[in-house]
Amino acid sequence: MTDPVIIEDIRPFLAFVVPLVGVLGIVWAGEKRKNLREIFTFVAAIAQASIVLSMVPAVLGGVNFEYNIWQVFTNVPLLLRVDGPGLLFACVASVLWIATTVYAIGYMRGLHEHAQTRFYSFFAISLSATMGVAFSGNLLTIYFFYEMLSVSTFPLVTHMQDKEARTGGRTYLGYLLFTSLCLLLPALSWCYVWLDGGQITMDFLGDVGKVGSFGQTTQMILLLLFTFGFAKAGLMPLHSWLPGAMVAPTPVSALLHAVAVVKVGVFCLYRVYADIFGIDVLKSLNGEDWMIGIACATILISSLIALSQDNLKRRLAFSTIGQLGYVALGVTLATQNGMGGSVLHIAMHACGKITLFFCAGAIFVASGKKYVSQLRGLGRKMPITMGAFLIGSLSVIGLPPLGGFVSKWYLVLGALDRDVFWVVVVLLISSLLNVFYLLPVAVTAFFRTEETEEDPGIKEAPWPCVVPLALTALGCFALFFFSDPLLRLAGLVP
Amino acid sequence: MMENSIAWILLFPLFGAVLSSLLGMANRKVCWPIGVLSALGAFVAGIMTLIRVIDSPDHMVVYLFGGWTLDSFPRGVGIEFRADLLAILITLIVLGVGLCVAIYSKLPVKEETPGKEHFFYPLFLLQITGLAGICLTGDAFNLYVLIEVAALTGYGLIAMGSKRAAAATFNYVILGTIGASLYLLGVGYLYIKTGTLNMVGINEFIGATEGLKESSTMQVAFVLICLGILIKMAFFPLHAWLPNAYCHAPTATSCLLAPLVTKVMIYVMIRMVLTVFGVDFSFESTLWSSVLPWLVVIAIVSAAVMALAQREIKRMLTYLIVAEVGYMVGGVWIYNYYGMVGSIFHIISDACMTLCLFLGAGLILRKCKTTRFDGLRGLFSKMPLTMTGFFVGGFSIIGLPPTCGFFSKWYLITGAMVAECWEYMVALLFSTMVMVVLFFRLIERIHLAVNESGENLGKGHGDLGLTKEQTRFSEGPLTMLVPLLSAAAVVLAIGIYNQEFVNLIEIFLDPFDLPGEPLIK
Repeated sequence: MTDPVIIEDIRPFLAFVVPLVGVLGIVWAGEKRKNLREIFTFVAAIAQASIVLSMVPAVLGGVNFEYNIWQVFTNVPLLLRVDGPGLLFACVASVLWIATTVYAIGYMRGLHEHAQTRFYSFFAISLSATMGVAFSGNLLTIYFFYEMLSVSTFPLVTHMQDKEARTGGRTYLGYLLFTSLCLLLPALSWCYVWLDGGQITMDFLGDVGKVGSFGQTTQMILLLLFTFGFAKAGLMPLHSWLPGAMVAPTPVSALLHAVAVVKVGVFCLYRVYADIFGIDVLKSLNGEDWMIGIACATILISSLIALSQDNLKRRLAFSTIGQLGYVALGVTLATQNGMGGSVLHIAMHACGKITLFFCAGAIFVASGKKYVSQLRGLGRKMPITMGAFLIGSLSVIGLPPLGGFVSKWYLVLGALDRDVFWVVVVLLISSLLNVFYLLPVAVTAFFRTEETEEDPGIKEAPWPCVVPLALTALGCFALFFFSDPLLRLAGLVP
Repeated sequence: MMENSIAWILLFPLFGAVLSSLLGMANRKVCWPIGVLSALGAFVAGIMTLIRVIDSPDHMVVYLFGGWTLDSFPRGVGIEFRADLLAILITLIVLGVGLCVAIYSKLPVKEETPGKEHFFYPLFLLQITGLAGICLTGDAFNLYVLIEVAALTGYGLIAMGSKRAAAATFNYVILGTIGASLYLLGVGYLYIKTGTLNMVGINEFIGATEGLKESSTMQVAFVLICLGILIKMAFFPLHAWLPNAYCHAPTATSCLLAPLVTKVMIYVMIRMVLTVFGVDFSFESTLWSSVLPWLVVIAIVSAAVMALAQREIKRMLTYLIVAEVGYMVGGVWIYNYYGMVGSIFHIISDACMTLCLFLGAGLILRKCKTTRFDGLRGLFSKMPLTMTGFFVGGFSIIGLPPTCGFFSKWYLITGAMVAECWEYMVALLFSTMVMVVLFFRLIERIHLAVNESGENLGKGHGDLGLTKEQTRFSEGPLTMLVPLLSAAAVVLAIGIYNQEFVNLIEIFLDPFDLPGEPLIK
């Protein structure tokens, strides 16, 4: 690979700031001018997406944009840098934010939710933090935005303000702040203090592999601290916050807990494995195989748990944990294909899983049903929703011609490159398990009509709910047929 | 005015005190403006001094009161005021907090202690004089006098509070006097051995005299001085006076004392260790640096756990102060460059964030008539600005970026790592987690419609079970809100511009040969 050309540009910073400016508008419009408030959210989302997309051609041409926000320590800046994987993640998050905004309008109004101004404000702040993580240029920057995301999603998770929300919120923050303050912070200062006599910025571009100068044990401890410190990645045994966070309204579960927050976690893992340790150092690290084992265990165990969940959103949450395990697996494989496959899987899984969450929410808005066993015969009444659910399921399972297939393909290639055949077997078993826990949902809805009592009132959810989920379902196809730019951003093809 | 700026720092509040006492007898209304103007004058003089210190070639401005000279060896008797970078930074924090609280105090003083303005403001201004003097003086005995000035006015200010304040003050008087006496005794020993009271003089004498470092008299002096200071700074388990005193004090008093008194005493400890006894003696010739980190661990953990047991904001905050004292003492005694940087930076940032929290607590108390956790529900919609200010302080205590608390914690953890003082690092992380619990529990109690035992209140959908009147937007008055929000802004600004502060601290620490220096440069 050739070194990228670095160009100073304010666009990454703009993508970060635009939602924050949007928050001012949202708060100003407030509860009294609902439509104006939603327009502000919408404008912010579109502006962010266009800024992000406008950087794609240049980055594909081998350019990296950089913006130095502020000098934190004497030699460590708060640096934004746009490279391929970061831009890919940013594209996914910002484009899906537009879809989620439309969906949220339908969902929140359909259920007459309270405190919608607060909801949209913190939503925008979270997206701003997500951009920050995606464009972070060094380890300290990524830590800053990671913490910002943890705190700014707390009001969203506790949106219902009841007992359940308290429990969910406590688990959520307990896990995330405990890990980031007690595991990540020491690991971070360790790197900054001891590497090269403290002369280092932990830059993702320039300082790859410098941790290799530590001894094997230290490297392994650092790797463990980082891997579990980024608990948003949901690796077992630090995954329980995610099902807990499902008390949030569905748009939050959809965008944040299938796309932004959890993907921030695995993206941070990608940065640590690919751009702090680097493939060469990882390969020379003796205990690194254990990390593959942890990722595989996460994949299998979470899939088995998902089988036993009747609550649809919880089932999807455990499915998400399993899919995050795939991304983690890809980075722990420490091969070019594995790393690229991980980044790709962030995008592919995001599109599929957000469709599934949208559907779960639409079902809840239209019929008030939350459990898989209640869905019998719903396919006839909500054909678009359930059809989209089927497509989303197939994409997550990884069947062609859907996006999920592409990333799984590269993950398998990565496993073969590393000569770990058993990982391929794990991937196959897990795909089978995916089939077992996802397909019955759609099957129940479409084919098991005989024994239901008819609820005559049920029909499709309001159009702002249905249109986004149909679009993201189509997106799963598009990601398969037009995957070339994605592959190039992920660094899989030149 | 420029060349006498150090004197002006003290003269403004001193004469303000006299003036407000005399004029206040005739008309209570003039007290507040006099208080604010004197605090402002002192603050401006402080900034001038800072500029002079930074501009001067050796980063030091010396002022000799009454034209004393200090030419002889050992240095003679004379009152010298030395403003080096550390001294002036801490002085500025004292004066800034003083100014903020002076503005803030208008309504609380009128409402809580009606008709006593002409007692309150003289004591208030003398307190500022005392604290600023402690930071600036270059004379060990003069330091004792100023500690007593600050302490005596402090007793008076606290005793003006609620009924239980009298008992709390009595407790404070006893312990405070013991502390000050121990310090004085220590200074006496020093004087016997060195024949001077001037801080630099003592240090020069210790350096120049053979065998003095091994002398047991010096050891005793050191122990007595440190013990006295530890009592004064409420280091666990010598903290018993603090929680009650600050809890039952009037709002304005606790806002002034809580951020400053303990921090200034930590400054005194650093001054004693670095300037008076010298690094070699303090760390190498005594056992303190091997014992104290463990005591610090006990202090931090116990104070944090005790804070966890409180159900009232002000009480909880007082225990937080005790825990933070543990942080800073630990930073000094792990004997490491970064620990010291972190400790000094933490004095600055902790003063600002504690100020934030106490100002916020005062506003909550005024509006809700209680600071108990039960009475806080719905405050986010009632007083959004106050809560923002309060929680900026709270997040800074937790140590979330980009508040200044993150950076001080960063340097302290770095120091602990370089010194390989793992027990201190674990204690820091533990207390960080406790702070997370404390403040997010508070957020829960305000934000959620759930009572403490976990039962739902209200009708669901964000209904808090309160009347419309109770949740209607109603912010505090501007004289109270503006100081709070500026304090919150300062907390963020110190975080964002932490480099500037750390550079100054590094210049100050340069001549002292602390281990672990050249890492991040």
